[in-house]
Amino acid sequence: MAATLTPGTLKGVKPATATRPVEKRWERLAPYGYVAPFYVLFLVFGLFPLLFTFYVALFDWNPIGDKTFVGLANFQQLAADPRFWNALKNTFSIWIISTAPQLLIALVLAQVLNSALLRFATFFRMAMLLPYITSVAATAIVFAQLFNRDFGLLNWVIGGLGFEHVDFMSTPVGSHLLVSTMVVWRWFGYNTLLYLAALQAVPRDLYEAAAMDGAGPVKQFFHITLPSLRPVIVFTVIMSTIGGLQIFTEPLLLSNGTLTCGTARQCQTLSLFLYEQGFGSFKFGYGSAIGVALFAIIVVVALVNFLLSSRLGKKG
Amino acid sequence: MATTTGTPQRDSVRVRTSRTRRRSIGRVRWYTYLLLGLAAAACIFPVYWMFVVSSVGSQAATQLPPRVVPGGNFLDLLELVFETVPFVRSLVNSFVVASLIAVGQAFLCSLAGFAFAKMTFKGRDVLFLVLVLTMTVPAQLAIIPQYMIMSTLGWVDTLQALVVPGLVSAFGIFWMRQHISATISDELLQAARMDGANSWQIFLRIAFPVVRPAAAVLGLLGFVNAWNDFLWPFIVLKSPDMYTAQIAIKALQSNISVDLGLAMAGSFLVTVPLLVLFAFFGKQMVSGIMDGAFKG
Repeated sequence: MAATLTPGTLKGVKPATATRPVEKRWERLAPYGYVAPFYVLFLVFGLFPLLFTFYVALFDWNPIGDKTFVGLANFQQLAADPRFWNALKNTFSIWIISTAPQLLIALVLAQVLNSALLRFATFFRMAMLLPYITSVAATAIVFAQLFNRDFGLLNWVIGGLGFEHVDFMSTPVGSHLLVSTMVVWRWFGYNTLLYLAALQAVPRDLYEAAAMDGAGPVKQFFHITLPSLRPVIVFTVIMSTIGGLQIFTEPLLLSNGTLTCGTARQCQTLSLFLYEQGFGSFKFGYGSAIGVALFAIIVVVALVNFLLSSRLGKKG
Repeated sequence: MATTTGTPQRDSVRVRTSRTRRRSIGRVRWYTYLLLGLAAAACIFPVYWMFVVSSVGSQAATQLPPRVVPGGNFLDLLELVFETVPFVRSLVNSFVVASLIAVGQAFLCSLAGFAFAKMTFKGRDVLFLVLVLTMTVPAQLAIIPQYMIMSTLGWVDTLQALVVPGLVSAFGIFWMRQHISATISDELLQAARMDGANSWQIFLRIAFPVVRPAAAVLGLLGFVNAWNDFLWPFIVLKSPDMYTAQIAIKALQSNISVDLGLAMAGSFLVTVPLLVLFAFFGKQMVSGIMDGAFKG
């Protein structure tokens, strides 16, 4: 203890010493009390339900409490259920066409916003955050209107250009595009700010030196920007994957609240299917099996993402 | 920086008179402003459009060419919203839930962050690793058992089902820990310790006041997320009296699928409190998100 009081030796010593080890027992237990709320809440409302999902999935389980053990039957049924494969396909389609543009746009905008001489920088940054503070429920109503077949603004433009009006929600491609547009709109600004934060930590002389050596903007982007953004890109890719594969509210509200998201389930995602089975048809067991499948898919995809994106810009 | 093409970068930095500055912006970067302007317009337009339709009525949405100037019917439409669903009640519910979560997160995350940053205890590193790992676990997929737990506790259709699980977050603890280790010196804490303060007093009187701005931003973000949450309230809340504002808009939308003006007025009303918060604290929220970003 005494050693840490001399500034000269402070550097090499372990940080963090507000507590002296010889304090009263209370003081030794105190830190556990300070961190306990999180772990207790996580155990009760996070981890336990997650593990319990695996258990429930082995049963034919009714909300009233009736349950019969069926082993892996729910999973076998799931594998043979075309609705599951359809939902899986939709989820992947929506995830890909929303994540890729969202992160690319964010990358470009962050690079542009990072310019030292930029005016109105605060205004632009704040504008980018506006979608994030607007709720999904409110946004969905606006987007459903803007993309409406008969009176939507977008179709008015399409009509004005001499094309037929498009009924976005009626086809798989159209509805996926619409859902993705909403996701992109909501998140690109947030991701831009994350990238911008990382970019601002890059020393400016690095760019200047590169410019002196004759590296153009494209070279600078690939040799300085991308490598220094690698950790935050990995982070956003994983976060968008976890969020994107669980997408629920957008397809539900854009299709006017139908759990199937259209008559042909054209945009029903796995989360919607889970909700439909669990809370619409009251099959807790089958719904939980969907949850387990979705969980496994997310873990695998996130791992692949992690491996791929941590290679990004490593060599170069 | 990297977006400048031909201009000699060093010169524009060295001779930074306002004239050369303006010239280099005008000449080289006009497309930069075009790009940012388009992005900003895309961000702002849907929110503005929400206001236009809710101040005119459905005909604004069905009128061609579209109307882009607000009208004067906003208050009438609002009145209709309040008549159609118990919207005041829903707004109060949302407010209570979001405020409790904001306060809980600001305080509990600071406390836990303080313990992780400034106290030594057995198992600290393992506990912290677990905490970071929980951020990557998609626990939302377990909604069926989560619902069963709420049902066992008798919390279905109550607001505590929304509040309690959100009182503290892994991200918030992680974030407050970073702030506390960066801003509070060990010497200061040791001095307080010498004076006989225990860790609780040190936290309350020294550490928390110093990091209060960061905690406030965390609380704001918690408020925004809780206010906008949809899936979980949608599952747990049953009776219209318990609805949060987001669920009330959904009810508004499906009850009267035709009257778009009404749905938009409701949506706008739900967005207003956040717009007000944003007007006051937008800058802090931006820098908060950028600070909280995981930096390499």
